[in-house]
Amino acid sequence: MKANCWYGKHDVRVKQVDDPRVLNRRDAVLKITKTAICGSDLHLYNGLIPTMEAGDVLGHEFMGEVVECGPDVKKLQTGDRVVVAFPISCGRCFFCEKELFSLCENSNPNAPLAEKMFGHSPAGLYGYSHMLGGFAGGQAQYARVPFADVGAIKIPEGIPDEKVLFLSDIFPTGYMAAENCNIQRGDTVAVWGCGPVGQFAIASANLLGAERVIGIDRFPERLRMASEKAGAADTIDYEESNVYDTLMEMTGGMGPDACIDAVGMEAHMPGIEGAYDRVKQAAMLETDRPHVFRQAIMACRKGGTVSVAGVYGGFDDKIPLGSFMNKALTLKTGQTHVQRYMQPLLEKIQNNEIDPSFVITHRMALDDAPKGYDIFLNKQEDCIKVVLTP
Amino acid sequence: MRRQSEPSRHSMHRSLARDRDPWERNAAEVAQAQRLARALGWFSLGLGVAEVAAPGTVARLAGMNGNRGLIRALGVREIAHGVGILSRRKPVGWVWSRVFGDVIDLAVLGQAAAKPDANKRRIAAAAAAVTGVTVLDFKAGRQLAGVADQIEEDDSIHVSHRIIINRPAEEIYKFWRDFQNLPRIMDHLESVEVIDDKRSRWVAKGPAGKRAEWEAEITEDRPNELIAWRSTANSTVENSGYVRFEPAPGGRGTLVRVELNYLPPGGILGATIAKLLGEEPELQLKDDLRRLKQLMEAGEIVTTEGQPAGRAKSTSWKYDHAGRRLATAF
Repeated sequence: MKANCWYGKHDVRVKQVDDPRVLNRRDAVLKITKTAICGSDLHLYNGLIPTMEAGDVLGHEFMGEVVECGPDVKKLQTGDRVVVAFPISCGRCFFCEKELFSLCENSNPNAPLAEKMFGHSPAGLYGYSHMLGGFAGGQAQYARVPFADVGAIKIPEGIPDEKVLFLSDIFPTGYMAAENCNIQRGDTVAVWGCGPVGQFAIASANLLGAERVIGIDRFPERLRMASEKAGAADTIDYEESNVYDTLMEMTGGMGPDACIDAVGMEAHMPGIEGAYDRVKQAAMLETDRPHVFRQAIMACRKGGTVSVAGVYGGFDDKIPLGSFMNKALTLKTGQTHVQRYMQPLLEKIQNNEIDPSFVITHRMALDDAPKGYDIFLNKQEDCIKVVLTP
Repeated sequence: MRRQSEPSRHSMHRSLARDRDPWERNAAEVAQAQRLARALGWFSLGLGVAEVAAPGTVARLAGMNGNRGLIRALGVREIAHGVGILSRRKPVGWVWSRVFGDVIDLAVLGQAAAKPDANKRRIAAAAAAVTGVTVLDFKAGRQLAGVADQIEEDDSIHVSHRIIINRPAEEIYKFWRDFQNLPRIMDHLESVEVIDDKRSRWVAKGPAGKRAEWEAEITEDRPNELIAWRSTANSTVENSGYVRFEPAPGGRGTLVRVELNYLPPGGILGATIAKLLGEEPELQLKDDLRRLKQLMEAGEIVTTEGQPAGRAKSTSWKYDHAGRRLATAF
């Protein structure tokens, strides 16, 4: 089959590789009908996530048709159309039983590596470094899905792929970011980053009853989508105006009740602070560039919540812990417990409360994945979300 | 290699009774002393290998216009220190011998500095480094001497580990009690054949492709609580072990504790060499228990072996195999 593989920084190639097989009793194999490039794939593309190896198959947002099932797969049959959650979860450990699926104890064969880095190992992920399992991903014609009964949700007839594909990651990720804000009536929520996850965080904050949502980015097309499609009441272009001052102006000095970081480790920042982290990251003295996280803490209302959906990798500098402590903030974060959200969010799609396909700007063939990465990284052609068809 | 007059089996069995004994209070201190000594042992080994393999480079870095033969000799000495330290449970003498070695190194550097064409800056830096290490050696020697009476003086290897498994004790006990299941979770076991209610025959993969076989008997069997076993009198690999099942706090399943004790074939030196070759019993036990958890909870052992990849092998030697082992080791 054909698969999009990682070979190094800014080097991905569509290669002929072996077809996946059922390797364990709870595995299924899918013939992929739609797959997408995630913003977090760009961290891999930029070579910033350690323990990637040349030849790793990328992709953790995918859906397709079941073509083979292991003997212990009970809920699925060949021919079923399914969307797959990006964390691989056994469904039976302490964490899975608590619906903390992205913290599954049993799905990372390289747990010792992750334990060294993080203290404990999170769940294995598709196509997202060997530290997180080294599993082949879904930017391919076929994919193996371990613990398929837990990770795949059946999609009823009549809903097009593009409406449900993002149940695999970005819609639940944006939704969990908003849910983590514990939104109350009258709340203002500020969302840093109007990429796909940011768009879904904005839309979800609205679904969860926020009074006002503010989107922050620097690309006009993203800010436009935030206000026109996702429902942001206001937007801030951080290259035009000072984010903290503007947020204070908009909230009468209180600050937003909740701040969502939908950017993560590769934030852009003009000026001296931006240069500081770029140099440290390039010199491997710092793994991440946490500008957004810093801003979110400083801007958040006293007693408010900072919710982090963006991916961070390692060790970060100059986090304003003093502000965090003295303002009595709450921090909520985590890789998304996707399996917890797939069914309720599928119902929202069926009830026409939201059509997630609004974020798609580019539709390409799997063969064009390298081009997709390039234009997505460089924000060419107003690229916000690339969907690939194998 | 045995430096103990008591029969070995007796000492190996003490560990079962030792469980909640007051010596555990000082365990941290002992572990700290051993850790520092081990680090110095590895340092010796690394430096020694460098001195033997690339004496010219080492001499240049130290600012000496080198007598390669001398550097090589120093290297051989370092390797001896390293092996000596790493192959002993309480290598007090070997650590003090490092201090003595440091003095020799300083003397060699002093002599080199006296030469007219000496690179004084590099020599000074090297001397400073040696002095720093000497301080550590001294510290390790004192620490080890202080806890020496708390370290067991026998050559058997003890490894223990614990894990919480989200299943009732009955299930895990049942799985373990049928020893034939153990090769599924224990990578180094080839097979276990149950002979009768008490006795079983074990075949393990040893270091460097060698096989080891022994017969074991169950010495204690408390259903859903504990299974203890040991090798029988005519076994070549003398070993014993137990697994204990306790309710995990908060109703979170079962806390499984395992301790294995064995006399390594080829003595403690053999075990050290095996360790260098990547046969690390502690890591093995940790991996084994992780696999047990996966099998009991998830019903299968998670794997990526055989999946597609845009390279010759489906998995990564660097990260999936070596990386995993290294991460457990340090």
